[in-house]
Amino acid sequence: MSVVESKASPAPVGSGQPIVNDFSITIGTKNGSGSQTANATVLRALFKMGIPVSGKNLFPSNIQGLPTWYTIRASKDGFVARRVRAEILIAMNKATVIEDAQKLESGGVCIYSDALGYTPMRDDVTFYPIPVGKLSSASGLEGKLKGYAENMVYVGVLASLLGIELDELKNALMWQFKGKAKAVEPNYQTIVAAFEWAKENLVKADPFRVERMDKTTGMIMIDGNTAAALGAIYGGVSFVGWYPITPATSLAEALDFYLPRLRTDPETKQPTYSVVQAEDELAALGMVLGAGWAGCRAMTSTSGPGISLMSEFAGYGYFAEIPAVIWDVQRMGPSTGLPTRVSQGDVLKTYWLGHGDTKHPVLLPGSVKECFEFGWRAFDLAERVQTPVFVLSDLDIGMNQWMSDPFDYPDAPMDRGKVLTQEDLERLGGKWGRYRDLEGDGVGWRTLPGTDHPLAAYFTRGTGHNENAQYTERPDDWETNMERLNRKFETARALAPAPIEDRVEGAEIAFIGYGSVDSAIIEARSRLAAKGIKTSYLRLRALPLSESVGDFVRAHDRTYVVELNTDAQMLQLLRLDTPELATRLFALNHNDGLPLTARWITEAVEKMEA
Amino acid sequence: MTAVSAPKGKTNKLGLEKTAYRGLESTLCNGCGHDSISSRIIDACFELSIPSERVAKFSGIGCSSKSPAYFLSRSHGFNSLHGRMPAVATGAVMANRTLIGIGVSGDGDTGSIGIGQFKHLIRRNVPMVYIIENNGVYGLTKGQFSATADMGQELKHAGVNELPPIDLCLEALAANCGFVARSFAGDPKQVTTLVKAALSYKGTAVIDIISPCVTFNDRDESTKSYSWGKSHAERIIDATFIPYYEEITVDYEPDVATEVELHDGSHIVLKKLGREHDSTNRLAAIQLLEEAKAKQQFITGLIYIDEHRADLRDIERLPETPLAHLPESSLRPSKDSLAKLMEAMK
Repeated sequence: MSVVESKASPAPVGSGQPIVNDFSITIGTKNGSGSQTANATVLRALFKMGIPVSGKNLFPSNIQGLPTWYTIRASKDGFVARRVRAEILIAMNKATVIEDAQKLESGGVCIYSDALGYTPMRDDVTFYPIPVGKLSSASGLEGKLKGYAENMVYVGVLASLLGIELDELKNALMWQFKGKAKAVEPNYQTIVAAFEWAKENLVKADPFRVERMDKTTGMIMIDGNTAAALGAIYGGVSFVGWYPITPATSLAEALDFYLPRLRTDPETKQPTYSVVQAEDELAALGMVLGAGWAGCRAMTSTSGPGISLMSEFAGYGYFAEIPAVIWDVQRMGPSTGLPTRVSQGDVLKTYWLGHGDTKHPVLLPGSVKECFEFGWRAFDLAERVQTPVFVLSDLDIGMNQWMSDPFDYPDAPMDRGKVLTQEDLERLGGKWGRYRDLEGDGVGWRTLPGTDHPLAAYFTRGTGHNENAQYTERPDDWETNMERLNRKFETARALAPAPIEDRVEGAEIAFIGYGSVDSAIIEARSRLAAKGIKTSYLRLRALPLSESVGDFVRAHDRTYVVELNTDAQMLQLLRLDTPELATRLFALNHNDGLPLTARWITEAVEKMEA
Repeated sequence: MTAVSAPKGKTNKLGLEKTAYRGLESTLCNGCGHDSISSRIIDACFELSIPSERVAKFSGIGCSSKSPAYFLSRSHGFNSLHGRMPAVATGAVMANRTLIGIGVSGDGDTGSIGIGQFKHLIRRNVPMVYIIENNGVYGLTKGQFSATADMGQELKHAGVNELPPIDLCLEALAANCGFVARSFAGDPKQVTTLVKAALSYKGTAVIDIISPCVTFNDRDESTKSYSWGKSHAERIIDATFIPYYEEITVDYEPDVATEVELHDGSHIVLKKLGREHDSTNRLAAIQLLEEAKAKQQFITGLIYIDEHRADLRDIERLPETPLAHLPESSLRPSKDSLAKLMEAMK
């Protein structure tokens, strides 16, 4: 795809026409240099000035020394997807400054450290060299800490050039350092020194500015993994088994952070949960199934390679019918692939994870708000349908910073599903069968181990079983059981979150998307609409696919399925579900490890429509 | 098919006959050591008046792992995946702290595919009884060597084993297991005593029981055969188990016996038989096992015991109410708490 962008190009240098609250900033540093605090400070200050923003970290799989980039997008129109090119570059890494500067939009700005030994090479970019070493002395810090303070120098210079309010920067520092003056002061002094220096020494020759708005009032800023962890906590998670893996680690760590704060019994001061770091993902899901079987709301979080290791247990959970919640924060590629890059490559894998005819409900959060909502809803679904439920997030939603309306408190009590208690068994005279389908929804009644009734027990097995959970190799028992499991899957289809549709009158073409591509689709639709191309949009929120999807596809001439993977995985599922509509469905898939952009979608659609 | 023994007659403190502890009829081969172990589990639970409803049975895959169906029908059972019983048991006993976990595994299930989970279960000190029915051979897949087979051993189909065996008691000790025992399926009295002691132990209790496979590995020269066991099994420690509700009436000389008090108030009196061994000394236990291995001696008894390690329930500070029974009011934080969180994220 070409990367030429005409509409959003800024005015040429010196034209005098200001560009307000509509640009992207790329900050090129080395990982391990401590730039995250500085970047987050800028992001938060802009957010608190009421300007819609998003922050994305494009980082290598490395601890220290390799190039890393942070992008901040400010958009008066509220668009938060990644942009292909930035208008403003802050160059702090000698190894990448030349290439980074080449990637700037024409008319852009390059603020670079004079320690890089870099000589500007473009006429269409405004360059501002800054004496980072000298200005960071204002922090009063020394050694490694002074190195960290160097990042605050570019914050001060940027604030001066763009008009970011110093008060908001200070507030952002206070927020980040939780009000610790000892940490805030040296950093703020550096910002102020750099701000003053820039005012005295730089002549503003670019059009980019920020101005206070009111478009973020009442909103929060959060990453999807933290949102997911909070959702799980409000969903009553009581057992977590997990194993570290990028980009899912921060989900379990958020559980570890918030559980003690939110789920400590006020009287006994004891936890109402247990979190066990397992020896591998295999054990993690094994523990979760054991806990789910025994009556806990149990979950794990992982990414692609961990999903592979969970395969056998996922199949077991499906067949033995044990509730569990499995978060897959997707990353790029098979094997280690690109572990710090985003992808939506686990759709088919998770949907069918296991062996010998298995399929799972898969929830597809498209925002941090849905990460929270599906965080608790997944448990209701898992216990209602008695099966493992997957939640497919990805690195972009999971690890990047997103604005959101505050999360809504769960609107319904917990659904603990069909569980027979001791009293129930007494009433039934002990007559029950674990896998009997009494209500026609395919879901049997279960008892929990420890239930004090001589007929409460049953034997849970991955082997063939009849409706009383007894071992059987009878062909009819097998078929009856699998038919019931299919019936149960239809129950899951009806209970899973329905797609969200925006049908536009007169639109011939439509998008189907899911997960993190939502923000890019929203912006692309706006761009296409500006060119007179009307589009409808259906955002999938779960598998199995809702029956309404077919109607939506039928209502349009061409439906483009937007996704971040090489094999157009959701498109394949759609074609399987609605083979008669296969020719109306088109792949709009991209997979380069980066969050999708509106420009890519717009250009791809224009090309295919031409 | 072998019916697992369950003679009728007297009742225990719960007023139950031993038949109440029976399982389904075994489908293992006639004479399988595993069936004898199932009977000993039944004996132990009956004699200790353990309520079956509080027991959760776990297993992996293999002949051994079928056996939980053959005892304690009133207990929930979880026949899991090959080598993965420890993880499942961990989740379940953490979910409900009142559950008494009994796991049955085999030498392949534990020593090969499950060695990692076995070691990590012990490392976490997950409270449960972990019985290994060790016959040195894969039965369900018909006669391959397992990792506990002796070097130089010959089997009909598998040929000669060129690799040294893994000693699962040594592995348990290396992972800091606080209850390590070895026994022989042909010594019912000792197996019953060890199972009883293990049921009272707070933490992971490992009992490695040589349990002959009558179909694939019962030739006289095999160290996992009945005849080898009968002629070579050497009790080094005579353990007497006294449940918490009984008085200690055993007479013993302090220089040949040690009394260990278990967490629930039960006692084990360990009496030396012949050789010098202190079952509370971990290094001595390791040395004893290494020496026995080198001399191909089949020593049995409670090789090591230490009740001082915290178990995973302690470490996780589980509340009194089982996690699985916590009501929604304990599980879902208040609306107000979410509002405060949201405010802090603005």
